[in-house]
Amino acid sequence: MSVSVSMTVNGEAVSGNVEGRTLLVQFIREHLGLTGTHVGCDTSQCGACVVHINGTSKKSCTTLAVQADGADIKTIEGLANGDELHPMQAAFREHHGLQCGFCTPGMVMSAVDLVKENPSPSEQEIRDWLEGNLCRCTGYHNIVKAIKAGAEAMRG
Amino acid sequence: MSEHGMGASVRRKEDYRFLTGNGHYLDDMVRPRQTFACFVRSPHAHAKIRGIDTSSAASAPGVIGIFTGKDLEADGVGPLICGWGITDKNGEPHKAPAHPALATDEVRHVGDQLAVVIAETLEQARDGAELVSVDYEELPAVVLPKNAMDASSPLVHADVPNNLCYDWELGDKAATEAAFSNAAHVTSIDIVNNRLVPNAIEPRAAIGEYDAGSENLTLYTTSQNPHVARLVLSAFNGIAPEHKLRVIAPDVGGGFGSKIFIYAEETVCLWAARKVRRPVKWTASRSEAFQTDAHGRDHVTHAELAMDADGKFLGLRVNTIANMGAYLSTFATCVPSYLYATLLAGQYTTPAIYCDVQAVFTNTTPVDALRGAGRPEATYVIERLVETAAKETGVAPSELRRRNMVAADAYPYQTPVIMQYDCGNYGASLDEAMRIADHTGFAARKAEAQSRGKLRGIGFSAYIEACGIAPSAAVGSLGAGVGLWEAGQIRFNPTGNVTVFTGSHSHGQGHETTFAQIISERLGVPFENIDVVHGDTDKVMFGMGTYGSRSAAVGGSALVKAADKIIEKGRKIAAHILEASEDDIEFANGNFTVAGTDKAMNIGEVAFAAYVPHNYPEGLEPGLNETAVYDPLNFSFPAGTHICEVEIDPDTGAVEIVNYTAVDDFGTVINPMIVAGQVQGGVAHGVGQALHEGCNYDENGQLITGSFMDYSMPRADNTPSVDIGYTSVPSPSNPLGVKGCGEAGAIAAPAATINAVVDALWDLGVHDIAMPATAHKIWQSIRAAKAAA
Repeated sequence: MSVSVSMTVNGEAVSGNVEGRTLLVQFIREHLGLTGTHVGCDTSQCGACVVHINGTSKKSCTTLAVQADGADIKTIEGLANGDELHPMQAAFREHHGLQCGFCTPGMVMSAVDLVKENPSPSEQEIRDWLEGNLCRCTGYHNIVKAIKAGAEAMRG
Repeated sequence: MSEHGMGASVRRKEDYRFLTGNGHYLDDMVRPRQTFACFVRSPHAHAKIRGIDTSSAASAPGVIGIFTGKDLEADGVGPLICGWGITDKNGEPHKAPAHPALATDEVRHVGDQLAVVIAETLEQARDGAELVSVDYEELPAVVLPKNAMDASSPLVHADVPNNLCYDWELGDKAATEAAFSNAAHVTSIDIVNNRLVPNAIEPRAAIGEYDAGSENLTLYTTSQNPHVARLVLSAFNGIAPEHKLRVIAPDVGGGFGSKIFIYAEETVCLWAARKVRRPVKWTASRSEAFQTDAHGRDHVTHAELAMDADGKFLGLRVNTIANMGAYLSTFATCVPSYLYATLLAGQYTTPAIYCDVQAVFTNTTPVDALRGAGRPEATYVIERLVETAAKETGVAPSELRRRNMVAADAYPYQTPVIMQYDCGNYGASLDEAMRIADHTGFAARKAEAQSRGKLRGIGFSAYIEACGIAPSAAVGSLGAGVGLWEAGQIRFNPTGNVTVFTGSHSHGQGHETTFAQIISERLGVPFENIDVVHGDTDKVMFGMGTYGSRSAAVGGSALVKAADKIIEKGRKIAAHILEASEDDIEFANGNFTVAGTDKAMNIGEVAFAAYVPHNYPEGLEPGLNETAVYDPLNFSFPAGTHICEVEIDPDTGAVEIVNYTAVDDFGTVINPMIVAGQVQGGVAHGVGQALHEGCNYDENGQLITGSFMDYSMPRADNTPSVDIGYTSVPSPSNPLGVKGCGEAGAIAAPAATINAVVDALWDLGVHDIAMPATAHKIWQSIRAAKAAA
């Protein structure tokens, strides 16, 4: 049975008909064609699917589309200001915080929320915050460096 | 050094698209009228298939096709292959039992696929697969490699006695026996190299597509080597002739070896696309990835080192049982043989080495190459042995290593196990690592830790690996079914910008950046005017792909050769236009100059003249587009020393890596930022193996560690930051002088980490600990040692 959902995604009003079991990440990827949000596991562990729901980082693989009805969603596609990268995106590039790029959107979205919570996180606080985001390529070192630099840039 | 040339930490071309959500990974692709596949998989480790009832599934909503192994057989689809032939110690070929893409008579591991349901939507395909009813007759399973050859163990394949794929040997057995009979001291160890699940964060995926008009097939797949996939799918699986098949590997989210192989799922999706006349898409769930991505390692080894009274190594004797899993994956046979035993000399002059490897089948997921592939296992054997020997004889571990290292002036150095090392300076790496790690300050740090009730240990790993894989004739003589050269093409466009095509594949390594740096440096073309194309068999002439840290050494060298051809042709064009002799034309920084004059034209102008050949050398072909194929002269031999320092809480067994130093000789470094990233990531992989990761089956062959909830991946809060140094000796075996950097960390780190843990615990009486050395295991070891004391 299909259900109608409406929400704001990256500032645009969107709506669609989904099954009750449709996950938010499926709605974002398959209905809206915003494929920057990724799926890397089926147990809510890897964090490749992290988006912002009403300003807070959430795993969109563990949220039903119907639960997000009426919500304000931001995905990686909505982070940059036109062609100008968000300071956190720029910091990931500058500090080589990504290799294959698959975990990257989730990492960046998670990091932006961390800085909102804690504008000046220590290395340990960054490492603790990332417990829900897996990366197989980088060994995390450059991700941590990038988030530290990104936080500084966001503070301005 | 120019801003974008060799040696510059150029920021990556790839990053903008990945950071903005504009990457094109396979699951992001939507093909017109695509359908979805869901595989029916065995819940049992071993069972006879008595029947498959698809009738309910066939009438389920949205289901448009259900296929089994019988359908593949009827269409003449060949089984999956293993592409490296091993000749055993009796001169017999390895046992190669049939590996059907969909099992027909028996299933042999949990997750073994036996049918596929194709439907309009993914949910309908899954619902349909749930309705396929399989009548299984459960059979007993064999799980552990050490039990595989027991007479009482069940047979994985009825036609493979004792579950023995091969019993293979390398080295001089008699000379090694003689070395042991003359030894003053013999050190023995029994070790297990734990089984790992590769876990690239992007799961494998495939779309098969059939064009009825041209009868062409296209496979989109998460591959590290799309041309090899096309070759195998054509020549062995017989799905389409090579010229009617295009394989595209778009942005791929990590590989680590697991995406080298030609798997059942892409084979079936490609074949089924022609059956249903629509694109067929499959994306692995993480659970499927755990069950079906080829696993890594899984060795059981007994090893002995013979030394004289001065601590000089006389002989090394190694017996290994290697788990192949239930079937042979694409390159499984070469990993515990030619990628393993050939590296057992390590950095040392051990004159006599003998290794025996028994490769066995078990009812587990197939095992194949994973980051390092054989070389981590060899390094772990050698460096655990050397460290234990140092402890037993009271010689400092660094000193024992130094006494036995191949001298810096001894190259080329022929080992007793095939490899000829081309260059190196192992003592320099050891010295530099000890300097960066402040080895002299360790005793004081240990004492200080002790005052806080903590146990501190330090461990070395002096590793070597063979990369730049590989000279085709050499690997051919060892059983490889393919040549291991690489192809490259440089195409100047008429307006002077450049499209570079490479047979290497980038899935995180940053080739779009580093290969552009090579071309920018060699041809003087601005970095931003160079685009690198890879991963499409219709665009790139051919390629053997990316694995074994070979892309720069082999793929990069092919581009150097192509660049040389561009310069040679450009010289002819410039000489004609500048009215000079070809011999008088010099090329530097993108300019062709008449020697001793200011008459010059840049390479962009030469390219334009080549495409608009109004004033052009007679007899010369228009265009500026050169291809080259590079077959390496030798392997390259990255080497170095890693030092790990740990602190253990004896009350909990928890380990903290307090310092980790990596000093590597990668030869020439093209992009230091990218190389350092590879080191950090590789060390994380190796530390993961040492402390966290372990794939476990229960005694019935059920996969216990089947998700990220159960399988402990390295995470941000338990992965060290690495202090990095280099002692570079450029490789003489390729024109770039590069050696390869992608696997070193995963090769060196397990031994360095475990040596550090054992060093911390040695005085308590703990002399070995099995990987992964979890807090629980360490705590138990401490308790057991105290009880025994």
